[in-house]
Amino acid sequence: MLRYIGRRLLQSVIVMLGVSVLAFSVLFLSGDPTYLYVNERASHEQIEKTRQQMGFDQPIYIQYGRFLKGAVQGDFGKSLRYGQPAMQLVLERFPATIELAFVGMFIAVIFAIPLGVLAATKRNSILDGGTMVFAMVGQSIPGYWFGLMLILIVGVYWKLLPISGRVPLLEPLLRGEFGVFFSSLGQGLRHLILPGIASGIWSLSRNTRLVRSSMLEVLGVDYITTARAKGVAEKKVVMKHAFRNAMIPVVTIVGLEVGFLLSGNIIIENVFAWPGIGRLIIYAINQKDFNIVQAGVVLLAFFFVIINLIVDVLYTWLDPRIRYN
Amino acid sequence: MSTLLDINDLEVRFYTPEGVIRAVDGVSLNLERGETLGVVGESGCGKTVTARSVMRLIPTPPGKIVKGSIRFDNKDVLALNRQELLAFRGGDVSMIFQEPMTSLNPVFTIKDQLTEGILLHQDISFEEAVKQAAHLLDLTGIPSARERLNSFPHQLSGGMRQRVMIAMAISCNPKMLIADEPTTALDVTIQAQILEIMRNLKSEFNMGIMLITHDLGVVAEMADRVVVMYAGRVVEIRKIRDLYADAQHPYTEGLLNSIPGSTEERKRLHVIKGNVPNLLDLPTGCTFRDRCEHATEKCAVEKPELVEVKPGAWVACFNYKDSRTKDQNKIQLTSEGEVSIDNRVSKEDRKPLVKVENLVKEFKVSGNFLGGKSKIVHAVDGVSFSINQGEVFSLVGESGCGKTTTGRLMVGLEEPTGGNVEIAGQHFYGASNKVQRRLRKEAQIIFQDPYSSLNPRMKVETIIGEGLRIHGDHMGRKEKEERIVEVVRSVGLEPYHLPRYPHEFSGGQRQRIGIARALILNPQFIVCDEPVSALDVSIQAQILNLMKDLQEEYNLTYLFIAHDLLVVKHLSDRVGVLYLGKMVELADKNELYGNPVHPYTQALLSASPKPDPGAKSDRIVLTGDIPSPINPPSGCYFRTRCNRATKKCTEEAPKLMEISPGHYASCHYI
Repeated sequence: MLRYIGRRLLQSVIVMLGVSVLAFSVLFLSGDPTYLYVNERASHEQIEKTRQQMGFDQPIYIQYGRFLKGAVQGDFGKSLRYGQPAMQLVLERFPATIELAFVGMFIAVIFAIPLGVLAATKRNSILDGGTMVFAMVGQSIPGYWFGLMLILIVGVYWKLLPISGRVPLLEPLLRGEFGVFFSSLGQGLRHLILPGIASGIWSLSRNTRLVRSSMLEVLGVDYITTARAKGVAEKKVVMKHAFRNAMIPVVTIVGLEVGFLLSGNIIIENVFAWPGIGRLIIYAINQKDFNIVQAGVVLLAFFFVIINLIVDVLYTWLDPRIRYN
Repeated sequence: MSTLLDINDLEVRFYTPEGVIRAVDGVSLNLERGETLGVVGESGCGKTVTARSVMRLIPTPPGKIVKGSIRFDNKDVLALNRQELLAFRGGDVSMIFQEPMTSLNPVFTIKDQLTEGILLHQDISFEEAVKQAAHLLDLTGIPSARERLNSFPHQLSGGMRQRVMIAMAISCNPKMLIADEPTTALDVTIQAQILEIMRNLKSEFNMGIMLITHDLGVVAEMADRVVVMYAGRVVEIRKIRDLYADAQHPYTEGLLNSIPGSTEERKRLHVIKGNVPNLLDLPTGCTFRDRCEHATEKCAVEKPELVEVKPGAWVACFNYKDSRTKDQNKIQLTSEGEVSIDNRVSKEDRKPLVKVENLVKEFKVSGNFLGGKSKIVHAVDGVSFSINQGEVFSLVGESGCGKTTTGRLMVGLEEPTGGNVEIAGQHFYGASNKVQRRLRKEAQIIFQDPYSSLNPRMKVETIIGEGLRIHGDHMGRKEKEERIVEVVRSVGLEPYHLPRYPHEFSGGQRQRIGIARALILNPQFIVCDEPVSALDVSIQAQILNLMKDLQEEYNLTYLFIAHDLLVVKHLSDRVGVLYLGKMVELADKNELYGNPVHPYTQALLSASPKPDPGAKSDRIVLTGDIPSPINPPSGCYFRTRCNRATKKCTEEAPKLMEISPGHYASCHYI
């Protein structure tokens, strides 16, 4: 098993190297990067000087080497617009993104599993039909529209929950200021609910369908009949014998979804004025502030890889066939 | 003896979107204490549904027991409440299934799965349950049982898993065991082991066994009485000896006659015409009448009831054998078909058409590009033989012996690691593309699974005609169409079948399509890779007859790959026995079956169940599993399971030697 995880770790390193090459090349997207650092009326000499200063005249592999060396230390240079280190800017926004992704995923998993299991065991019942209609709708409606509707109905008409902005939770927790954390927990969660639902609704719907179909498949397999033939009660057949087997494909998908929620939540962040990393990166792309883009891309990829590592470890727990090979 | 299980007029239906499937349609049968009752019939006859109904394991919906009663040991099974039912399952009756690979839960250890049942039905501590579990594994012949308890199912071989299933089934001393095709997925030598265990346990625990199988050899060997089912109904119940000697129902007669080996060799097999009827739309009256030689008008109107036509013989037929006149019975005989005249070239004049020289195929299995030690599977390990023009050469052996790989290598579907294949005097590998293309046309293949070997999105016409698009440049469109029609007719299908899709056909018809696809280019040589093993017995006979007819009509040469030794005996001229990628014996068919010299061949032949309850069985039961082709044993590959093995066998691999003209074997001690 350790060898299996070791191999996965090695793979992760290779993936990160690949990402670093991509991130590095971002800088060259709009042609000679030197022009990003000089103003429009710079003279030829000034341009040459900047080029030398920035090292853009050196061979590409040396430039990449330097980039990689910096990246490993978290140094992606300074933001062109803000003048601050790019990584610092990204890290400031990152807790907001993590919080939102976590809540979205929490909603997507905590409701999807019981709904999917129930729908599968009560196949073709009203409950099953209703769940499937809900899941269909949830996958079909665009997230931003659903977000706007939540704002309109829950926030504006009913005035139940705040419709935009954020109260930091993760930052005080990370700094060890537990007093601050607990006092702002209530408000923080209230702010998280609507964007959390809006970003989780799609995954929730898909996971419900996935859990249902995976459960149905497993419930039809011989070893379930074996368990029933032993005299195991139906509830235990479902929860003990079928559930763990049915979770194997679900874990894969959930792992991927976390990755998407981390990086692909830009629209929801915009709808709810959520100060997350997605908005920062879009802004940076528009402003050609490529150092921020590089820092953001590498950081997100890093988290994505870590989550997939966790998924792989979960696999070994779920499925002994992997553990012992 | 007293009655343990009494099923009366059971009807089970499945309500599907396509309609109501009458899976079990009025079945009555009973089983005595300590008796083994064989339930035989082809796929879809309702044998499994009947058995599962006994444990109330029919998935509801869509299934439903609509009528009838099941009494077990004076309990009304259908009236048990939930608690009673859970105690009944596993406590009174238990079950083993066909597929050992899927019948154990992959995420729990053997210990977990064994003790679960024990703890449910017995009031003992976990430690005692574990002790009992180890004892049960011992009983079923699992070596080092205590350590095996902590294994997961995937770490065990198929035979081992089936032993675990049996251990699980007998763990709570049930009064009856339902064995649903318990050995169908296993190799013959492993099957022999499992059947022996079942026999021993039965006498030890005095269990009743309901043995469901399609294999008339297994029934003959195991059962006391036999129930024959057809399309959801019982057609005959007989004592085992009576059934084989004196079958009364026309279906039973047909079934027994269609087993290869029941008629003289080189004759066509007796065939039950047509296909098993669609359960969605059963014919009125007797469901067998469309396929019956003796059907009358009465059969179309009235359903025959199961009646005792003579002591101990229950038959559901108006025209059962003893009620028929001699003349009527003659119909049966003539329908067996004429003895085909062997008009091929006499054996001495045959020239080799296909030659295999020292063929080697290794597969690399490795983790991925990042390492994980790469292992080498020695699938084919230096095999040589030749096949004469117009000859049927068979390769037999158990799973992993390399027979399929050899076949694929011979038609260019795999690239060999070493050695070569010669077709009609031309080496295939290393030849120019042009030559290879021509040889590919001469060598065709028929696959085992008629379901997955035909592209479901292609029309039959396209499937069959595809070869012509590649090789038929010289032919015009009209000519090609005519050729397709000709081939379709020659395999017993009709031109109106051509615009249809494969899913519209039964298994037997699909296999005919597969044969037509192989024939379209007029090949000289066809590799037949288990062409009938996915088919029911009655259909199997039809396809075997067809293959034989085609061979004579077109002077074809076959490489026939199979694990069913009766089928091989029926069809072949010469036979080669493979074990772990090596040829261990090769001889003329009669010589090999009559005078096998290699210990593996002897064991293989003796392990194969004969469809004759009187057959004396001085069976050689091989111990242990087939070794992995990744790590074959040193010296002679067979030595780990051989009772003659000595030190010499561990050190030196025996060579294939000619021991008498045309008879080759590789063993140090013959």
